[in-house]
Amino acid sequence: MHKVPIEFRVNGTPRKVDAYPMERLLDVLREELGLRGTKEGCGEGECGACSVLVNGELVNSCLVPVLQAAGCDVLTIEGLTKDSNLHPLQKAFALTGGAQCGICTPGMILASYQLLDRHPHPTDEQIREGLAGNLCRCTGYQKIFDAVREAAAR
Amino acid sequence: MSQIVGQSVPRKEGRGKVTGEAKYVDDLSFSGMLYGVTVRSPVARGRIRNIEFTGGLPWDQFTIATAQDIPGENIVALISDDQPYLAAGIVNHPEEPVLLLAHPDKYLVEKARSFVRLDIDPLPAIFTMEDSLAKKEVIWGDDNIFKTFLVEKGNVDAAWSEAAHIVEDEYRTGAQEQLYIETNGVIASGGPEQGITIWGSMQCPYYIHKALLKAFPLPPEKIRVIQMETGGGFGGKEEYPSMIAGHAALLAWKSGKPVKMIYDRAEDMLATTKRHPSRTRIKAAVSRDGKLLALDIAFDIDGGAYATLSAVVLSRGTIHAAGPYLCPNVRIRSRAVATNAPPHGAFRGFGAPQSIFALERHMNKIARVAGLAPEEFRRRNFLHHGETTATGQEIREDVKLEQLLDRALELSDYHAKTKAFAAQNKASKIKRGIGFATFMHGAGFTGSGERYLQSVAGVEATADGRVRILVSSTEIGQGTNTILSQIVADTLGIGYDDVEVAQPDTGEVPNSGPTVASRTCMVVGKLVESAALGLKRMLGGEYTAAACERYIRQHGPLKSFSQYEAPPRIYWDDDAYRGDAYGAFAWAVYVAEVAVDTTTCEIHVDDFVALQEIGCVIHPILAAGQIEGGVAQGIGYAVYENVVWKDGRMANSQMTNYIMPTSVDVPRIRVYFEETPYEYGPLGAKGIGELPIDGPAPAVLNAIENAIGAPVNEIPLMPEMLMEAVVA
Repeated sequence: MHKVPIEFRVNGTPRKVDAYPMERLLDVLREELGLRGTKEGCGEGECGACSVLVNGELVNSCLVPVLQAAGCDVLTIEGLTKDSNLHPLQKAFALTGGAQCGICTPGMILASYQLLDRHPHPTDEQIREGLAGNLCRCTGYQKIFDAVREAAAR
Repeated sequence: MSQIVGQSVPRKEGRGKVTGEAKYVDDLSFSGMLYGVTVRSPVARGRIRNIEFTGGLPWDQFTIATAQDIPGENIVALISDDQPYLAAGIVNHPEEPVLLLAHPDKYLVEKARSFVRLDIDPLPAIFTMEDSLAKKEVIWGDDNIFKTFLVEKGNVDAAWSEAAHIVEDEYRTGAQEQLYIETNGVIASGGPEQGITIWGSMQCPYYIHKALLKAFPLPPEKIRVIQMETGGGFGGKEEYPSMIAGHAALLAWKSGKPVKMIYDRAEDMLATTKRHPSRTRIKAAVSRDGKLLALDIAFDIDGGAYATLSAVVLSRGTIHAAGPYLCPNVRIRSRAVATNAPPHGAFRGFGAPQSIFALERHMNKIARVAGLAPEEFRRRNFLHHGETTATGQEIREDVKLEQLLDRALELSDYHAKTKAFAAQNKASKIKRGIGFATFMHGAGFTGSGERYLQSVAGVEATADGRVRILVSSTEIGQGTNTILSQIVADTLGIGYDDVEVAQPDTGEVPNSGPTVASRTCMVVGKLVESAALGLKRMLGGEYTAAACERYIRQHGPLKSFSQYEAPPRIYWDDDAYRGDAYGAFAWAVYVAEVAVDTTTCEIHVDDFVALQEIGCVIHPILAAGQIEGGVAQGIGYAVYENVVWKDGRMANSQMTNYIMPTSVDVPRIRVYFEETPYEYGPLGAKGIGELPIDGPAPAVLNAIENAIGAPVNEIPLMPEMLMEAVVA
């Protein structure tokens, strides 16, 4: 297997990498592009710590071969902070206690981002369903729900 | 005076965590770095005959380390010094480390791991506490027993004849995976000349320091341990990091290059510690008027193949076994036994969730036999100020458990729901139930533990009046950085933003003890407060930036340290196992509401009330976060998280089939605090971290019993077990 050139947009910027086609998007983001905010929790698509958005769809980047992201728009946690200003979701997670150890937080914020994109004023049930693919072991989720409600209210 | 304590200020490292900038160990990289992996035993017990390197890989490119390469002692120094870093000759559990590999290519080294062939002659192994106690094989010491305790109060044997009822039963709890979302991982660098530096995910930097001192011939100052941002611990990063740090250090020592070792999820679940499985037998005597006359408790835990922390886990489980009740005659006999499973270890609650589960289920059973409501039976037996616990500790806190119970039952609408569910359940396939548990949890190390630790904390002021806190206590999500900063800010009358916390680095900070045992707020918080008061005294009683500047100009660095001193009237007898087990207890009543589908045998927790008295609350959001997270873990412990064992090995080492609660599984968790200032805690605070894992399992199982009308005495309660209970 040889490395191939792959082009895509990451956080709005066109990027070109040489990667093995089956390399995990997670590894390319972290190691080739230095975007270490995307975390690995389980490597099997269960925990959601590696969640990113590809063309607006929430995916587990540990399950996506980088070739599949060719030509796509990828959004990672680093793409939410603009000129060092926090996104309302990031502010809300910091304010309400939605982040404890922080390892699930980038993925959880991106899952919340997609959730609010689809349901700007989500019901409690929509919040629970929308975040069900992202595991958190610290918070018991309550303060994460608070963060999503807080961000939705802004 | 107190302006910042009690407020939910932003957590210190919050910004880094929501932006993804926070640096966890896997986010670090060094030039020339190798990747390390561990080759582990495929069998539970056996004799290593030969190691073969197969597959035609370029083995000369690999750094390979075995037990013979360890320059010091092949011991993970902890309590009993019985566990090797790498098996030499004999393996005692599945997944025991035998050999280490390192290579610059992380894909190749992972592949190479499966081409190392371990030729091991299997030996007979034991996998149950029953087989261990029967000495079917002797695998540890003379009798497979790591530790026993005996707690005695009054005379249990004399009480049986006076009893109106004698109630006996047996309870079991399973293993539980900590399941922090960041797996165990470290980077090690250095060698014989420059010494060793470790960067890692950990709770206790000085535990690693102590362990490496034994394995490497280096003076203490040449071993440096640095905690990176840590993605959850829950006990799982208390003792285990000493193992992985030693492995990475050995590969670095041998290769002369930095070595990164990060476990993948399966390896973390297979090889690292879990909560001790337990079996508790309780025989209780109760009088005609519903008073406990005697409690005879036999508490056993499965420690796995090496002693690690089992003695201490057993101790906490033993001391909490008689609960927050006044009983004149108590006998608690407990044992930690060896089996050929990977060692079980620290996990939030540390033995107490196991014994409290048994007692709180048994309290319901006694109530039923005595013809009393569970709340009424408990009310007749609560401990009060001035009365003594099973270890003879006189309660000096102004605890009012009756009031806590009343309030929790009111908040949960317990009485109305009990009635309504009983009526609705008759005609429904979905059975609803409500149940509760009343319990306590001691803060800080048990008995003489804090005296032995002699922890030290420091603060350092700069010329502009800012303060840096110097502790080895780690931020693992629970809020250490934030609450210690709040305490210092209020003690000195400065702003929260004027305080920062040094990164835990054994080269820079004193040993404030391990980040365990619900001790960081109460014990280390108090030390930090005392150290800050020391700064004030050094400045003549008033803390100002000008005074700091003047002091530093005249005398140099402005630092103050404080060492642990036991609060007055605290005495513990290690031999008799009697006395003041803890400086203070947190007290709680948890109420769970469940729905049981009798067709599918699915269980859902629909509502949860957690009411507790923890002294003064330093940070309301962080405190509630601790409770909510602990309750969710406790619900997982009760009805979701099932470690499936096959010959001492976890058979479901994936998040796909080891199920922890998701956002749709947890109920609304309603958290309430009562605050009675604790005289010897920092600004009145006690401990909080472990308390919330103690109550959910018995509360949920009591609720399930209430729903289905049949007793369920084992957790995790899986649908197939529930089906048997429902059919029966």
